Amino acid sequence: MIKINCKKIVGGKADGLALLSHRPINMLSMLDTKSGRIKEEDHDLFNQIVKDRILILPNCIGSSVGAYIFYSLKINGVSPKAIICTNRCDIITASGCAISNIPLVDATGSSFKSLDNNTKVTVDADKQIIIIHTI
Amino acid sequence: MELTRQEDMALKGEYGEGLEISYKILVAIGNANNASKLIPIKWAHISGVNFNTIGEAGVKFLSSLDKKNKVTVTTTLNPMGFDSKKDNNLSDYFKSNQMSIINSYLSLGINPSFTCIPYEIFDLPNKGEVVSFAESNAAVFVNSILGIKTNKESALSSLASAITGKTPYSDLLIDELRKPKVSVQPEIKVETELDFGLLGYFAGKITNESCIGLETNFENLDIVKSKALSAGIGTSGRAGMFNNTNNKDCERVSFGKTELDQVKDDLNTSEKGELIVFGSPQLGIDELNLLVHLTEGKKFRKPCKIFCPRSVTEMECNNEIIKKLRNAGADIICDSCTCLTPLITKNDYDSIVTNSIKCAYYMKHSNKIDVSLKDMETITKEYCE
Repeated sequence: MIKINCKKIVGGKADGLALLSHRPINMLSMLDTKSGRIKEEDHDLFNQIVKDRILILPNCIGSSVGAYIFYSLKINGVSPKAIICTNRCDIITASGCAISNIPLVDATGSSFKSLDNNTKVTVDADKQIIIIHTI
Repeated sequence: MELTRQEDMALKGEYGEGLEISYKILVAIGNANNASKLIPIKWAHISGVNFNTIGEAGVKFLSSLDKKNKVTVTTTLNPMGFDSKKDNNLSDYFKSNQMSIINSYLSLGINPSFTCIPYEIFDLPNKGEVVSFAESNAAVFVNSILGIKTNKESALSSLASAITGKTPYSDLLIDELRKPKVSVQPEIKVETELDFGLLGYFAGKITNESCIGLETNFENLDIVKSKALSAGIGTSGRAGMFNNTNNKDCERVSFGKTELDQVKDDLNTSEKGELIVFGSPQLGIDELNLLVHLTEGKKFRKPCKIFCPRSVTEMECNNEIIKKLRNAGADIICDSCTCLTPLITKNDYDSIVTNSIKCAYYMKHSNKIDVSLKDMETITKEYCE
């Protein structure tokens, strides 16, 4: 078990399987809001589904209206359980998670490079801690 | 971020759901941007009005938002998708979603100004006062030209600030952070409004910071060029401000003919345009006057659409100007602008000609229409007789 300190952006606690992206995500152009699938062919998460995962990504990019995509994912029941930003949380992710009640933390400076997808991760935004459950 | 007792109670839902969600948004953004506290604002200008920009998710969020908590400061609205007094030939689906958005904003007590140039229409706060502006050209313009402070806000953050009357104290609201780390040095004469738009687009693109330096004298820059410069910067990157503090520690980047041509090649995809488009930002009285002067006694040879605020067209003193432009063949469109407009589609036009960098960017990327970039004077010479 590995514990990582982080900064709370939106409160809450969740656990689930990790879905790790090494590249930023443009919510507006890359997400299918009905299924939660990443539809951008050039992206390292192409065809992956964000539903119920702990989405770990550097940050979001593109139009600030992308915040509404988090809300769409939530009301369609396909949102991630929590999000970890690894390179300065941006206002698209912050405001999107705020209106969608998705726990969000900023873990800039911590490395998730060696983390395998499907590793169980707990995010406790209120206690500002991430737990990686290694076998 | 430190909250007062009242703010904390509002965040916990003690004063209603509208305030609760608004504080949630501001606290999340404040946490992300390392804000120490919330500070009061004088004015909020909200984006995310056109249905094409916020989509069905935006419609659902706004209609589900508790409307008991109204806006607490002067609040104005960006353009929507169509002219409310015209038959716009749009689908019922678009129209009903657009009306739902407008009704949501109206029920919060927001002024339906439908303009992206609020700084030309409304009384301005004093220099140094804080506002929350989500429209990018307006944020850059008020920060850089008027000395009014705002961060480059989003649809959600400006709405939350309108309801709470507050914004996180961070970034461009802090004097020490209103200084550039990178500065652009023009090596060529930047003359027309199109040149200033291209300079702005270049400057916005090369920095990831909130403030970009420009080593040019813009003290005497007229409003037409100031708007073009601000819109160019707002379109291409995250910067919300420019200045020329001549900071010696700044990294210098040249803007010469090569850079100007590169930016232009990026957006200029056609020699000619089937439709003439003026606007984004919407034209104010100065640009309309200039256009009247340039088209005196002539008519447009191609269809021409001019986007401007309704308040400008309906002022009695402007009647003659509007009449002259209509006589020249222009279609004057109010309440909306070119950015993600449903009024100019690939079905009707393969190409447009415009002097606006922002219009060019969205026509190319969102509407998939080819663009010919020319300054206003050249357009009137080539497309009027």
